Amino acid sequence: MATFSVKDIAIKGISCCVPKDVERNIDLDILTQEEIQKFIEVTGVEERRIATKEICTSDLCCEAAEKLIKDLNWQKEEIEILVFVSQTGDYILPVSASILQDRLGLSTNCIAFDVPLGCSGYVYGLSILTSMMKTTGIKKGLLLAGDTISKIISKTDKSTLPLFGDAGSATALEFSDGAEFSFDLGSDGSGYKTIIVPDGGSRNRINNDSLQIQTIEKGIERTSCDLVLDGMDVFSFGITQGPKTVNKLIADFKIDKDQVDYFVFHQANMMMNKMIAKKLKLPAEKVPYSLKNFGNTSSATIPLTIVSELKEAILNKPSNIIMCGFGVGLSWGTMLAKDCKIESLELIEL
Amino acid sequence: MEINTFLQNFADILDDTDAALIKQETVFRDLEEWDSLTALSLIAMADEEYSVKLTGDDIKSSTSLNDIFEIIKNKG
Repeated sequence: MATFSVKDIAIKGISCCVPKDVERNIDLDILTQEEIQKFIEVTGVEERRIATKEICTSDLCCEAAEKLIKDLNWQKEEIEILVFVSQTGDYILPVSASILQDRLGLSTNCIAFDVPLGCSGYVYGLSILTSMMKTTGIKKGLLLAGDTISKIISKTDKSTLPLFGDAGSATALEFSDGAEFSFDLGSDGSGYKTIIVPDGGSRNRINNDSLQIQTIEKGIERTSCDLVLDGMDVFSFGITQGPKTVNKLIADFKIDKDQVDYFVFHQANMMMNKMIAKKLKLPAEKVPYSLKNFGNTSSATIPLTIVSELKEAILNKPSNIIMCGFGVGLSWGTMLAKDCKIESLELIEL
Repeated sequence: MEINTFLQNFADILDDTDAALIKQETVFRDLEEWDSLTALSLIAMADEEYSVKLTGDDIKSSTSLNDIFEIIKNKG
């Protein structure tokens, strides 16, 4: 199971918003120049956008949404569903989606909720929105997906700091006769510890030890409220599950790979992504990357790669695009947007 | 699966290490070039050459290259 299609809903536009501040990996002092060069070579990440203390994920998504609504000439009262996909919401509770409903001036009849997924979140979010729009008859919906992972990373952890950047996105979905999305979704919670923030939830409430700095190894110091990433297990999972889920979608829906214009993957790290593309035997020109300038931006990587790398190629041109996200959970999602004609693709800064 | 081919494959993922240092009994963690990124190359090599999914625990529990070789052989 978990492969399914949703018809008659289409992506009308995507806009992304990144913080103005650029952090360059060559300027980091927690790594030696030699380590930095090797890191860049393996991950492909040269610089990242980092949010100031005042900017949250919801702020980036809000800016992106305002821009998108304006560009598409949508009336706000027509938007009847808003889903916010993020692991860095404003508060533990309430959900940020309801705050965003009010900030954006959407109707109080608007369905609004959060989905706290990361790497697979964009594809999951699209599956939820399209399914709900299809069953409810809602004509216009917004998917806001993004993260400010820099806020939950230790500044003294060389295994995470140089990899992650911040970004928010807004995707407009609209009823459109004949459009079609196909999905393959899955999860494997046996690997839940692979990417985790151990303290601060209900399992481990913040306690006196939570903010103690622990030295894991040279160059890796963090607290239990910071992100832990087991790079080896993530890599092993990504190069196995990435190709598997894409192949499953292709097989289940009898997709002709040659008819797919672009394969947009979650931007995990260059070595992992290149390996996945190689295993799937994908031509290099069909697989865009945004790692160099933005790093891994969690749930925003797929829309950010589309707006930053594919704007000229796909704007207003019907395209078949496979999108694939995999990671924290562990969780994965792959989808095909068939004959997808996107009318607005924008990248702005805050 | 041949130990010598495996050692050659391992030597190939390193840039600056003398291939003569790569032996069955080599404690890979002691190699100057070894780090967490080299570990990713090892996982990639196991996948590409032997279609074996090497986990973080497999690497963490190994000391010598022979230990890794045995794990890949048993999983293959």
